[in-house]
Amino acid sequence: MWVFIEQEGDKPTALGLELLAKGRELGDATAIFLGPGSDTIFATLGEHGAKSVLHVDSGDRLPSAPVATALAKRVASGPPDLILLGQAYNDRDIAGRLAAKLGVGVLSNASDVRLNGGGVETDHEILGGSQIATASASQGPYIVLARPKSFVAAAIGGEAAAIGGGVPPVEKLELPDAGTTEARIAESHVEEREGPQLGEASIVVSGGRGLGSPEAYELVERLGKQLKAATGATRAIVDAGWVPYAKQVGQTGKTVKPDVYIACGISGAMQHLVGMKDSKTIIAINKDADAPIFSIADLGVVGDVHKVLPKLIEALESR
Amino acid sequence: MNVIVCVKQIPDPATPYRLEEGSNWLIRPEEQILDDTDRYGVEMGLQIAEATDGTVTVVSMGPSGTGQGIRQALAMGADAAILIEDGSLRGSDALTTARVLAAAIGRNDFDLVIAGTESTDGYSGVVPQMVAELLGAPALTYATGVETGDGSVTIHRQTMAGYDVVTSDLPAVVSVTAGVVEPRYPTFKGIMDAKKKPIETLSMGDLGTERAPEQLVLSIVDAPERSGGRKIEDEGEAHEAIVALLAERKVI
Repeated sequence: MWVFIEQEGDKPTALGLELLAKGRELGDATAIFLGPGSDTIFATLGEHGAKSVLHVDSGDRLPSAPVATALAKRVASGPPDLILLGQAYNDRDIAGRLAAKLGVGVLSNASDVRLNGGGVETDHEILGGSQIATASASQGPYIVLARPKSFVAAAIGGEAAAIGGGVPPVEKLELPDAGTTEARIAESHVEEREGPQLGEASIVVSGGRGLGSPEAYELVERLGKQLKAATGATRAIVDAGWVPYAKQVGQTGKTVKPDVYIACGISGAMQHLVGMKDSKTIIAINKDADAPIFSIADLGVVGDVHKVLPKLIEALESR
Repeated sequence: MNVIVCVKQIPDPATPYRLEEGSNWLIRPEEQILDDTDRYGVEMGLQIAEATDGTVTVVSMGPSGTGQGIRQALAMGADAAILIEDGSLRGSDALTTARVLAAAIGRNDFDLVIAGTESTDGYSGVVPQMVAELLGAPALTYATGVETGDGSVTIHRQTMAGYDVVTSDLPAVVSVTAGVVEPRYPTFKGIMDAKKKPIETLSMGDLGTERAPEQLVLSIVDAPERSGGRKIEDEGEAHEAIVALLAERKVI
């Protein structure tokens, strides 16, 4: 099993460790690690079950072309049973290029993956998560993109860790010149992130078109602040330019599974539901009593967000 | 600069999607609309073409139906359209789609190919990268801003932490996010002009490419249903029920 893991700051990403947990469950996991790397990071990969590490560091080159070229070369000398990546930016770029090079498809947006005989089977939530399709590819190597939060990251722990122990063997993969397909990263900008992040927060407050105007999103932010929650949004108001894409929850945005999700002025389009329906508790406030969001809400309030939210914020402030 | 924009006609997302019995392929009605995601790509293409005295050609694969979605792109201002329609392409996956698009694009002189990051109906999210690989071009992906210079293109590329400034030589493939530019609405003149613009229709035989290995849908089952709970009308006190539930869940 090849599992793609990227570096973020001085750690492997949470998504990468989730994928690694699945990879090691299915067989011997080799981490394809993208980033500068360090002994601490490689040790973490070992603790999470990587038997070995293939290290790629693309520096200021956009990773997709050189990494896909190097991996394709490696596949030629012995294909893995599965190449598992996440539904994330560099993962998608590498998977797409690699698949086109190898002449095989990509099983995208998987929520689970299983080995089946010599092949793989993947589950996909379709039609807003109301149905689950099981798919397979007729020919390997099998490249799968799994949605974030499909698996739970966990260190091996106990006896297995004691046997494995230490840093797994790390092999640095040479990145070939990708010629005309090369793009370079001239500058990197880190956007300041305030407060709890969507993927990690235990409470998420989101807003949708029902807020009526970009200014009304302030209500979502105030409630979020009061609850120490992350704030999210539907695709509709992201596309309308009310809030940045980083806040988008849904099929083409982030997947969240917080303890409590509060949907404000969100009707519950399929695109949105698939990104939040696995939240432990869902509270929805919407004017339209027939809004689909109510069919999955533990508590549905049929009402005007402009009336309910100020009172809710006030009540929480006075607690 | 000659810009090619990949677009897709999709069933209106406002209507419930249905799958064909047996094949489990999405049923595509005669009347499909331009994927909203593609309006951003078309707009970006138009702005670059206008600034460089160039052209915009849209390329699309799939059953044409009424062709309404393609006309939408032409009405915005695209100069011409290439439509690849072939019964043998039903149920195509991302790689087959990319092979077809790349083959059709490769028949033309182009400097820049623009595509959305993923379609609204299929959302595999890997087609632009595959097209780039097949064209032997760099893929500058998830652009929130695009600028072209003398033989080069520079984008702001969305990252987990913020954004990167990424640059490459042309020709190149750029995938754009919604919000990269504000798409224009077709004018009356645009709509009238669109009726006269050329739409070239191609079939697989014209392209010299073949389908990728099949992906199969083995089964479809209903997901475990999450049932709704309590629904209350707000008569001025609904916030109290929310506070009570938050307290019960021990998050406040």
